[in-house]
Amino acid sequence: MNPLAISAYTATTALGRGNAALLDALRRGKGGLKANDFDRAELRAWIGRVGGLEDAPIGGALAEFDCRNNRLAQIGLAQDGFKDAVSKAINRYGAKRVAVLLGTSTSGILRTELAYRQRDAEGNLPRDLHYRHAQNLYSITDFVRRALALEGPAMTISTACSSSAKVFASAARYIEAGIIDAAVVGGVDSLCLTTMHGFTSLQLVSDEPCRPFDAARKGMSIGEAAGFALVEKIGSSSIALLGYGESSDAYHMSTPQPDGEGALGAMQQALTRAGLEPGEIDYVNAHGTATPANDRAEDRALVRLFGMRVPVSSTKGFTGHTLGAAGIVEAIVCFLALEHGLLPATLNSSAIEPGLESNVLLENRAAQVRRALSNSFGFGGSNCSLVFGA
Amino acid sequence: MLSGAAAFEPGAVQRPAVSLLPPAERRRCAPSVAWALAVAQEAVASSGLDAGALAVVFVSSDGDGDIVHRLCSALATPAAAVSPTDFHNSVHNAATGYWSIGAHSHAASTALCAYDASFAAGLLEAACQIATEQRPVLLVAVDLPYPAPLAPHRPVRHGFAAALVLEPGTGLEISLEGSEPTPPPMRDFEGNASAACLPLLAALARPGEALVRLPFIEGFLQVRKRA
Repeated sequence: MNPLAISAYTATTALGRGNAALLDALRRGKGGLKANDFDRAELRAWIGRVGGLEDAPIGGALAEFDCRNNRLAQIGLAQDGFKDAVSKAINRYGAKRVAVLLGTSTSGILRTELAYRQRDAEGNLPRDLHYRHAQNLYSITDFVRRALALEGPAMTISTACSSSAKVFASAARYIEAGIIDAAVVGGVDSLCLTTMHGFTSLQLVSDEPCRPFDAARKGMSIGEAAGFALVEKIGSSSIALLGYGESSDAYHMSTPQPDGEGALGAMQQALTRAGLEPGEIDYVNAHGTATPANDRAEDRALVRLFGMRVPVSSTKGFTGHTLGAAGIVEAIVCFLALEHGLLPATLNSSAIEPGLESNVLLENRAAQVRRALSNSFGFGGSNCSLVFGA
Repeated sequence: MLSGAAAFEPGAVQRPAVSLLPPAERRRCAPSVAWALAVAQEAVASSGLDAGALAVVFVSSDGDGDIVHRLCSALATPAAAVSPTDFHNSVHNAATGYWSIGAHSHAASTALCAYDASFAAGLLEAACQIATEQRPVLLVAVDLPYPAPLAPHRPVRHGFAAALVLEPGTGLEISLEGSEPTPPPMRDFEGNASAACLPLLAALARPGEALVRLPFIEGFLQVRKRA
């Protein structure tokens, strides 16, 4: 495929607002997970919570979009000069030629969850539910396109935890097909009761900070994040999307195929589209959720494709698993790796499970990174791999 | 009905039998997934193509309403204990997950939405996949009515599901232009985002050329059908 320039990007996670906070935390090996204090705080879990959302309501013309998820988006959009970069793209191409393609798994469902506690005697929900502008999955994309004054094609991709990786693939196709010149891609997912209690019901949540690939890992830690990237056919940036791969497990709704068959297929496709051999990848940011099943299956797929050479890390110990935002957050970790020569550690992990054979990084490493691959896998067996280069 | 020769008569629709799925998945999947798989299976069978060779684009204007209702009701109780099956079924891509299991398909699949323009967004995604990757795509759209407390906030009168198998060289040209929407062949499905495909289905059912314009973000998605 033709490489796609990444002209601007920004991430807001539990590590702070903007790319500098993310890079600084990765460098210092300082994670953002804290003991669960969300809502009633009854679950024994660690979460990657973004500070200050409670004090940052959405006002003005977009006030009806006010919900935790869109607040997180609003803060995310204000970092790293991202809005200015989008304005320049509008000047270059016109607002109708810039798409908005975002991933989320739960959008603004938290508002509806809380509204269910306020049902009246007849079971009616409060009138100010704002279903369309909060709960609905498209709310996040509608909010962002309005906030950025974009008029191009817009959609939400919601394929659980691969959502904001798959938006890169769609943007590449839209640009290749000639219907747009640029796209704002990314994803936003925020803490809510559905995911906190849902993953708990499946016994996938750890009662300690998550430890990807570790022998003593007990599951995931949920986080929240907003991340955005501006992709263009031609750009001034040196970072580019070189390839993408998408596949389905055809195995189980919430458990990956044990040999990592689907993951392997997605990674192979991404390399083929990039015109690269496995040996040309310098760093892999793994999905690495720290659930026993994910890490084993992903390790199998990585070893089958890369052998034991390529350095691999999961950065979910820093940010938590940001679900529908994981794809964009970890794409941005790859951008930082490419720009700053930093291969981040797999935070909180100290002893890799015997039998796992990937070259999992337990400490930060400084090395030139020319090409990086990022994995994102979701429920329903939805896999997406992205290859970035500098 | 698409040609206007017969009127739509609303009636209760039984949950479709999903012969595609193994028994455990057949029991577990939500009604919206059963509808999706039923129309998908029918469309693929009539296409004569191998189900495993089709990329899948699934469209629904939001998650399954019944599941959202059950999850939110459970979360409002002191114990907040949700059903693990409801939770994994709540993902927007549940239909593509079940489809891949039933059809033994490892092909790429996606699930997307754009509120009332969800079908147009799905058609655009499918068209771009076909144009750039030269592969056939199964496009499935489903929207069902919401249960009681949510229904007033998102009124959907009748359930609707449709599936299309689109191939390179199908004879449809997609572009972003137009100033007027094509009126639907029937008004009964207003409010159902998936049924926004009805003007296109009517054009496909008719012989000859056609021009269909579906409302899309700040404009229209135009489909030109060659004879």
